[in-house]
Amino acid sequence: MTAVIETSGLGKRYGRKWGLRDCTETIPEGRVVGLVGPNGAGKTTLLHLAVGLLAPSAGSITVLGGHPGDGPAQLAKVGFVAQDTPTYAGLSVAKHLRMGAYLNKNWDRQLAESRIDQLDVDPRQKAGSLSGGQRAQLALTLAVARRPELLILDEPVASLDPLARREFLQSLMEIVAKDGVSVVLSSHLVADLERVCDYLVILIASHVQLSGEVSELLASHWRLSGPRRDPASLPSDQEVVEESHTDKQSTFLVRTEKPILDPGWNVKPVTLDDLVLAYLSNPRRTGRARKPGLGVVR
Amino acid sequence: MIEFQLDTASGVATYLQLVQQVHQALQLGILEPGDQLPTAQQVVAKLAINPNTVLKAYRDLEREGLVRPRPGQGTFIVGTLPRSDPAAQERFLSSMTTWLRSARAAGLGPDDIEAIYRTAVRNLFTEGVA
Repeated sequence: MTAVIETSGLGKRYGRKWGLRDCTETIPEGRVVGLVGPNGAGKTTLLHLAVGLLAPSAGSITVLGGHPGDGPAQLAKVGFVAQDTPTYAGLSVAKHLRMGAYLNKNWDRQLAESRIDQLDVDPRQKAGSLSGGQRAQLALTLAVARRPELLILDEPVASLDPLARREFLQSLMEIVAKDGVSVVLSSHLVADLERVCDYLVILIASHVQLSGEVSELLASHWRLSGPRRDPASLPSDQEVVEESHTDKQSTFLVRTEKPILDPGWNVKPVTLDDLVLAYLSNPRRTGRARKPGLGVVR
Repeated sequence: MIEFQLDTASGVATYLQLVQQVHQALQLGILEPGDQLPTAQQVVAKLAINPNTVLKAYRDLEREGLVRPRPGQGTFIVGTLPRSDPAAQERFLSSMTTWLRSARAAGLGPDDIEAIYRTAVRNLFTEGVA
């Protein structure tokens, strides 16, 4: 399996504070990776390190086998849509495309024009007068017409209304289906990611808390409820992510690769939303990410 | 051609929902051998889901012998599913009713029974324990 992004002990310090710390991750190729975490968790820092807008303070990062931002060849491989999908308000849509064609060697003019066509906007219109959804689509068009191997998007749908959000994700998934481009996108809303992502990275307080294939994460987490019980009495393969107790009842969200055999439990599968929220509200203090179990057959 | 729908509140994995909808369409006779399924690109353009999810569903259907991809053309139905046998349904309904009566006689309520049912289904289908 080839990695699109590989980091080792990666860290970025802003003055005395770490924006990202001890990040050792391998993100496989051909995935749509969701990067989730609360505001200020380090999502943008990690994405900026990946595109070369920031340089690491510690450790290393490799993107598509090269160093981020290292020369035109590396830059051409990665498409980036920054937070709030910025465009030039005073420039028309057509001029954005001309600029894209002028600045990029591999510019796919046909792709760019047909995408703008589909959007149903007048190419003479200034970007500043576009709706939020149209502006986001324009920014996406500029990024994909460069024909990158990896598309990185920082909170692309955060400021969009539900319909524009849906349309943006539809476009993005169409691009993935057509070109097989790898995608990394961040969001603080799990609902946005649930349908589109097949790989998840949870980032909290500058540390990666959990990462892995969405299907494996969902298959290895369960909510148990039953008579009150000490977490220490659970089998050793069950890692407690979250627990709550009343005087009579205990509820756990556990992670295990093995079947849960104890008949005393009411066992329920978790949704991605449950899972992410459990990790968000119970962050680990150490920098070590919890990895899915080894030996998973693919 | 059929059109897939998603029920996000069902808790059923997305790829499984697609598989189930093909099963249902086959059982109802909406899909027949030779019919084409929508391409991954068409499905994702409508549902905004990950293309790998669609491919996974189609691979599962292929493994069941129900569909076959034709390179460059798409995915086509090649198998059939028996329409559910009304007599069998009748038989299981009556044996289930007998079972439910004895459960009620033992003091179990609807919630207990549902919990037992869910556990049994989970044991049978997720862990492969027959």
